[in-house]
Amino acid sequence: MKALKLLAATAALAVVSTAASAATLDDVKKKGFIQCGVTTGLVGFASPDDKGVWKGFDVDFCRAMSAAIFGDPMKVKFTPTTGKTRFTALASGEIDVLARNTTWTMSRDTDLGFEFIGVNYYDGQGFMIRKSLGVKSATELNGASVCIQTGTTTELNLADYFRTNKMSFTPVVVEDAAEARQNYDKGACDVYTTDRSGLAAQRSVLSEPDAHMVLPEIISKEPLGPLVRHGDNAWGDLARWTLNVLISAEELGVTMGNADSMKTANNPEIKRMLGTEGDLGAMLGLGKDWGYNILKAVGNYSEVYERNIGTKTAVNLARGVNALWNQGGILYSAPLR
Amino acid sequence: MTIETVDTQPKPNLLNDPKFRAIAAQIVVVVLFVSFVAYIISNTAVNLEKLGIKAGFEFLGLQAGFMPTSPNFNLTDFDVNKDTHMDVFWLGLVNTLLIAVLGIIAATIVGFVFGVLRLSKNPLVNFVAAAYIEGVRNIPLLLQILVWYFGVLLALPIVKQSINMGDLVFLNNRYLVAPAPIFEDGFGFVTIAFIIGIVATFFLARWAHKRQDTTGQQFPIFYSALGLIIGFPILVLLAMGVPLNWNIPELKGFNFVGGVQITSQLTALFLALTFYTGSFIAENVRAGILAVSHGQTEAAYALGLRPNRTMSLIVIPQAMRVVVPPVTSQYLNLTKNSSLAIAIGYPDIVNVFMGISLNQTGKAIEIIGMTMGVYLTISLLISMFMNWYNKRVALVER
Ligand SMILES: N[C@@H](CCC(=O)N[C@@H](CS)C(=O)NCC(=O)O)C(=O)O
Repeated sequence: MKALKLLAATAALAVVSTAASAATLDDVKKKGFIQCGVTTGLVGFASPDDKGVWKGFDVDFCRAMSAAIFGDPMKVKFTPTTGKTRFTALASGEIDVLARNTTWTMSRDTDLGFEFIGVNYYDGQGFMIRKSLGVKSATELNGASVCIQTGTTTELNLADYFRTNKMSFTPVVVEDAAEARQNYDKGACDVYTTDRSGLAAQRSVLSEPDAHMVLPEIISKEPLGPLVRHGDNAWGDLARWTLNVLISAEELGVTMGNADSMKTANNPEIKRMLGTEGDLGAMLGLGKDWGYNILKAVGNYSEVYERNIGTKTAVNLARGVNALWNQGGILYSAPLR
Repeated sequence: MTIETVDTQPKPNLLNDPKFRAIAAQIVVVVLFVSFVAYIISNTAVNLEKLGIKAGFEFLGLQAGFMPTSPNFNLTDFDVNKDTHMDVFWLGLVNTLLIAVLGIIAATIVGFVFGVLRLSKNPLVNFVAAAYIEGVRNIPLLLQILVWYFGVLLALPIVKQSINMGDLVFLNNRYLVAPAPIFEDGFGFVTIAFIIGIVATFFLARWAHKRQDTTGQQFPIFYSALGLIIGFPILVLLAMGVPLNWNIPELKGFNFVGGVQITSQLTALFLALTFYTGSFIAENVRAGILAVSHGQTEAAYALGLRPNRTMSLIVIPQAMRVVVPPVTSQYLNLTKNSSLAIAIGYPDIVNVFMGISLNQTGKAIEIIGMTMGVYLTISLLISMFMNWYNKRVALVER
């Protein structure tokens, strides 16, 4: 009896361990939804609304992928991940794609075995502090207690910055965004450091947003983007071109509202994107109207941006370097052809 | 009904031979188990290979590049400028041992006090002890840690408004900071005097015990010990002209500089572990005392022993036999539970090594293996010590 159970367990394990290697797109189509890793809750980027529906800039990327595959943006299940759990979740196959303001770094790309499919937000690390402390520059932070989220690039940048400036600091290490806010709000730390987009999002939900400011220094480059596992290039391509459609559509002036009328526009590039000319979708294993579906579901990059984190929202981030390349920014899509 | 005799019995089928079956079953189970382990190992290796992950311990020698702890609560003098992941491991280990040792000592005291109070005849005392034990024992530990940290310690005043105790000790929501002793030349003699005091007390106690056994005369051992262990070193200290200085904390900029800091994370974890584990130990102690037959107490009273002495000379020593085994497992629990430190950012081994180092290097198998090794070793050492102690207090049958 014991032996039998052992055998069954062994067999079950063998099945489980081989299941993860099949093509991701086939798996996703079979189960009928994408499993998408996001933050545990960062307003504007990914957080559930009062009805429990996930909303945000990173969430919309997964919705766009869902629209491209299923023609329906709601065929996504979200897995909240912390800085620490996100990579294990992706590597183990628990999630199909990770869209969680994750910085593209060399070691994550190579050593951890992931594939960043592009950058959806160019960012840098900053510091937030209470205005009442009268600090004007990060160089005045010697001896401060600093709240920092574990498992992030910001942990290393912070140590580097203080070392090069010959300053010391006390780390107050937290697991997730909510814990960081609680510690910072109650004064367990003087400064909160993370990506400046994250700071803006966190500030908007502090008890008194106006009592805090973000210092001028940007101490690192944080190109944030979605990523997938190494080894399934077709799935990586699908994610990459989903992002490129969002950016191209902004370049071409195609929006959620005009996508229908643009189908017959006198511009071959727009027609290719919306599927009325050629068949780009087939190259990804998708239907002809994959691009059209993305735009009908979430709109173009600008619409996604303004709806979730733009200057009209509480997060209030100006486009800055995230404007299109021909509008003073560095956002640029490879051509759809 | 016929009775078979031995010689007429047919030769039993091998499969029906219980001895053979037992051995065969064991062989099958062992073979299956070994192949199962081998399968897991090779499967892991193959999958790691497939993911392109290289296994190995080289990362331990690489510079960590992050600061795992406050510079004022840095027991291993961790230096961000050069220290490696191996140093992160040591730092985490020392912090884990610190919280485990402090917690075990305090939980034992709390447990014994409340275990005895729980048996008090005074209804109020009894009720308070029962309320504490039942309340704390039945609330999840993680919740208690969070309440202590976020609810109690973070609610203390901020640094700029620290509670000032005589300009020497300051308390705020980040830490308690107190003057740190600076030992100067000649302090070594005080330490030596202290050690001499302990050794002398040990021999004195043995001599006094023997004398009492033979002559029945008592010796004031408590006051002698006090004099030897505390009084004697103080005399030496004064004779040397007090070679001791104090580093007094001072508020400079964002934080206090100087002195020793006890961080809120450490305090919160310590309080939660102490009271949680203490409540279980109290129940073990109560059970142990109740297990000693009441006849023992009555006999002691009949001999004219006062209740206090009855408790300490007759009841407790016998109760210990019942108390030690379950208390051992409470010690083990406390040690393992200390890994919940991560919830409030206390830099124990799970937090800094299995957390930060793992994340920065991605060496999951190696790091989790090492961390498991640490807990296993600590647990086995505690078990060994308690087994030895248990043998000592066990009933010696004559
Ligand atoms: N970009 C950095 C940091 C990203 C990060 O973890 N940011 C935090 C601070 S805003 C966050 O998003 N937390 C959300 C959560 O914990 O769920 C990285 O990839 O390591």
